[in-house]
Amino acid sequence: MKRILSYVEKEKRYFIPAIGALLLGIALDMFNPYLLKLIIDRVIIGGESALLPKALSGFLAVAFGRVVFGYIKEYAFDYGGQKVAVGLQADLFSHLQALSFDFFDRTNTGELMSRLKDDVDHIRAALTYVIMLSVENIIYFVSATVILFTLNWKLSLVALVLMPLIAQIALRLEKKIGEIYEHISDQDAKINTTAQENITGVRVVKAFGREEYECRKFLQQNQENYGYKLKRARIWGRYFPQIEFLTNLSIVLVTVVGGALVIGDELSVGTLVAFSDYVTMLIWPMRMSGWLMNDLAEGLASVKKINQLFAAVPSVKEPAVPTILPSFRGHLLFDHVSFIRDGRVILEDINFEAPPGATIAIMGATGAGKTSLVNLIGRYYDCTSGAIHLDGVEIRQLPLQLLRRQVAMVMQDTFLFSATIEENIRFGGGESISPTEIEEALRQAALADFVAELPQGLATVIGERGIGLSGGQKQRLALARALVKKSPILILDDATSNLDMETEYQIQQALEALSGRTKIIIAHRISAVKNADEILILEQGRIVERGTHQQLLALGKRYYATYHDQFHGIKTPEVKPFAH
Amino acid sequence: MPINRIDEDEALRPTFKIKLLIRLFSYLKPYKFQVALTLLLMGIVSGVELLNPYLLKVAIDRYIATKNLNGLLFLGLVMSITILVSMFCTRKRISLMAKITNQIHLTIRQELYAHLQKLSLSFFDHRPAGKILARVIGDVNSLNNLFNTSVTGLIPDLATIIAVIIIMLAMNYRLALASFLMLPVLIIFLGAVEIVSHRRWQIFRQKSSNLNAFTHEHFSGIKVVQSFTAEEQTKKDFHFLLRENFEAFIRAVRLNDLFWPSVELSWGIGTIIVFWYGTRLLNTGTVTIGLLVAFSGYVSMFWRPVMNISNFYNTLVSNLSGAERIYELMDIEPSIQEAEDAVTLPTLRGEVEFKDVTFGYQDGQIVLDQVSFRVAPGETVALVGPTGAGKTSIINLIGRFFQPQSGLILIDGFDLQKVTLESLRGQMGWVLQDTFLFSGRIIDNIRYGRLTATDEECIAAAKAVHAHEFITKLENGYDTEVQERGARLSFGQRQQIAFARALVANPRILILDEATAGIDTHTERLLQQGIARLLAGRTSFIIAHRLSTIVNADRIMLIDQGRIIEMGNHQELLHKKGYYYQLFMAQFRFLAAKEEPVTRLG
Repeated sequence: MKRILSYVEKEKRYFIPAIGALLLGIALDMFNPYLLKLIIDRVIIGGESALLPKALSGFLAVAFGRVVFGYIKEYAFDYGGQKVAVGLQADLFSHLQALSFDFFDRTNTGELMSRLKDDVDHIRAALTYVIMLSVENIIYFVSATVILFTLNWKLSLVALVLMPLIAQIALRLEKKIGEIYEHISDQDAKINTTAQENITGVRVVKAFGREEYECRKFLQQNQENYGYKLKRARIWGRYFPQIEFLTNLSIVLVTVVGGALVIGDELSVGTLVAFSDYVTMLIWPMRMSGWLMNDLAEGLASVKKINQLFAAVPSVKEPAVPTILPSFRGHLLFDHVSFIRDGRVILEDINFEAPPGATIAIMGATGAGKTSLVNLIGRYYDCTSGAIHLDGVEIRQLPLQLLRRQVAMVMQDTFLFSATIEENIRFGGGESISPTEIEEALRQAALADFVAELPQGLATVIGERGIGLSGGQKQRLALARALVKKSPILILDDATSNLDMETEYQIQQALEALSGRTKIIIAHRISAVKNADEILILEQGRIVERGTHQQLLALGKRYYATYHDQFHGIKTPEVKPFAH
Repeated sequence: MPINRIDEDEALRPTFKIKLLIRLFSYLKPYKFQVALTLLLMGIVSGVELLNPYLLKVAIDRYIATKNLNGLLFLGLVMSITILVSMFCTRKRISLMAKITNQIHLTIRQELYAHLQKLSLSFFDHRPAGKILARVIGDVNSLNNLFNTSVTGLIPDLATIIAVIIIMLAMNYRLALASFLMLPVLIIFLGAVEIVSHRRWQIFRQKSSNLNAFTHEHFSGIKVVQSFTAEEQTKKDFHFLLRENFEAFIRAVRLNDLFWPSVELSWGIGTIIVFWYGTRLLNTGTVTIGLLVAFSGYVSMFWRPVMNISNFYNTLVSNLSGAERIYELMDIEPSIQEAEDAVTLPTLRGEVEFKDVTFGYQDGQIVLDQVSFRVAPGETVALVGPTGAGKTSIINLIGRFFQPQSGLILIDGFDLQKVTLESLRGQMGWVLQDTFLFSGRIIDNIRYGRLTATDEECIAAAKAVHAHEFITKLENGYDTEVQERGARLSFGQRQQIAFARALVANPRILILDEATAGIDTHTERLLQQGIARLLAGRTSFIIAHRLSTIVNADRIMLIDQGRIIEMGNHQELLHKKGYYYQLFMAQFRFLAAKEEPVTRLG
């Protein structure tokens, strides 16, 4: 709540005029009955026709005034409310994107989208209504109460006697309906996630012909959503009519008690009539309190959800006193590094050193910890014990962005953006990358010919996640994106697996020609790793074999077996390079 | 069709608003009875509301003036009963309306979703997922209040207006016409505003869809964003889209906020006209004082519902563009459609034949150029070739995800265009390039291949692809929840699960599209053995780059630039000394490059 109020505070230059216009509008409204009475009593009945132009121009003035203030009120509230929403969205976005990988590992995109959009929308809508309704309610309530008390204080107390009960019901309504709104908000996130996965995974859905199943899955969510909406209606249907009933009962009480007072000669009939007129002015805000509570509850439920997101902190933290190096050479050292996640040992006692320009290759079975290992270098996750040093500085001492700029990574799960090829290559580097550098990267990634053949060349738009490109093209584009950054450390996480051998060979040649960059290469093909300065074989988080291609072949164990699998198992009719 | 970019507005087709409204409100049809009941209940409630002032008058005149306390108490009791009745009516009305409107809401969303499932891949490939999502979620949500306000507001208000108009006309038609004078002006004005405002709301919806697409893509690729330290750039992009969205909204409400005040103004001027004209008529003696006084009361009774209706119209205008976007999506015809007389395929033997198939994803583009081949049942075919040669396109055509421009594709002699999609795809098992798992339990992800598979069958499939070992090591085993990104599983492990998923489908035709790229050779070998055991004698198509994956295939097809340039088994192709031979020899050359011979080994 405090957070939201601070946004309102920031946009007060819209809200103050809005409230001002609202107040003036109400004030002007008070003239209308007076003018009406004037016309009826004096012009029509009294026949003072000279008064008519004056009264009518008064009417016109009030109407114009209300039009102007009404428009200002609506527009300023809309403007302010939207400003708050934009501010909230911008801050939430910045906050979210600063969170660490582990947060995103357990949070689905669909949920984040729903929070950023639907929940902010609820807050915006609630905010405007709540402010408007509260101001109007308070004014009408206070002025009605004052008028009533001047008329007759005893009867006023009677009119107000049910107030505490109404207030209590309104509060209970807020609490109960608020709980449902929280469920609805979560359910919205779920339904969003279900639909989002369905669209992103459309190839799998279609491949298995699961369209009907997906519809059923969605229907289930949809029905759950429906269930919550009905629950909301049930609560609203229980409490709101109660409030309405009590307000009506107040009128009955005033009539009966007032009548009794008149009978007892404590009140004049005229006062009673006037009193019952003004009671409606009191009743209206009481009734509206139900609506007010409903909107408030909906907004608060979303505030709660958003606050939960704001409460998440990045698990990878910036150093308190950062060490800043002017430049990096790419000397990488893993010193007794272990990594434990959710109680599972992912990596254990990893030691290796990569001098500037060296190539380290990592092989191992699926799930051996290869990706986890390289993810530690850019501090996507923090190792749980041991230390990683870059150019002699423990990486946790370096500013996070500075560190990550030294590491260019090609991830296994290629992710490209729906943008032009050029924009994809520039990603993260912006305008600092020259056209020649782009061309160079394209050449190194063996993409130059492909791009040259495209009618729109670099300006060709690719679909989301690189749809429209083949697996190998995607990988090469991701490679070009990493190469163009010219970072001292280059990590290729199984980044050439979808390439045919010839292209892979070309790329390897290009990579080997890159001087002064430390390369960490994860691969399954011998051809991709054999020229590395050191090859590490991982098994269940431990390095079980290490050495150069020759050394490992000579060792005759796991690496040799893989080698054998990939080359020796193939019978060649004429050339038998591996006979033994 | 060009690819729609995130920051590019979606094209909109022009629609007839009347048609749109008819379509929207036809959803109320099945609820005629409930709507009538709602209106009845509302009638009772407003009856009570009208009755109470009258009862107050009765109380004063009959009992208070005559000092009849018992009578007063009795009247109080009557009033209490009427408001109690009114309370129960309101409660019933709320629950009735909630059921109707939410049911309609559910129906629209489900219909839209079901339609979406029918659309072909080309639809999905050309627009960001976030924009599709915006229609299914955001645009449907925007209809939330429409039905509720139309039943509980529009209908009673219209009834009131008609009643008031009749009364006023009966009282004095001249005065009545004078007081309606402002109405056509208002209608024309609001109509004019609507035309512009509608366009602005369309733009707003487009911008908000763009924003949705951006957040979707951004958070899907957050790891790339962070590893490339692109946070500042994406923040700027987000702010830009946010700004556009904001401005579109403001431009729309700048007009929309005119609705309410313009009704106020018409009301004011209308009242002035009545009084001005009324007093003139009074002077000529056409109307009586009493009539004019009474008439002034009816003027507000006339304008209040007008205000409510224009308020409703305002909601309608701002939400109509959402409805438009929903129906536009619903009206898109799937580009792949089953023939009307489509037959259900019997259990397949697995013969696949291409006859002069030419295909491109877009008009004028040629990805496959007159490809012809025939694969016998049970054959294992490896598709080999440079990236972008057309390998994936061939298998996409076998699953009929796309339509060839010309040529014929036959499976067991059946023309693919004449069979039902379900009977075709239901007999195929796919492991695709980008492994996609749904968030949920591992076992459910495996079962996705065949929904009727038992736990045992799923586990058997996992064992066959050597996923069982790592799955059982997870804290909840097969019940472990995987997430969209999930660091719990490595990429290779995800591929293994995708394998199990395909295996459990017990497919007659198995298709592996670079499915083992992320898996080490050893696991791959075990996995292949498992598949061979479970799917012996099934036709399979394999796209792979690792020669060890390819050599054992019954047939290898070399594809380059959309044509099959060589075909045969490993031995045959080596003997041919063509492209394949060179490819094969190249791997040894690559291996030997920059390196001393390794022949001493062993």
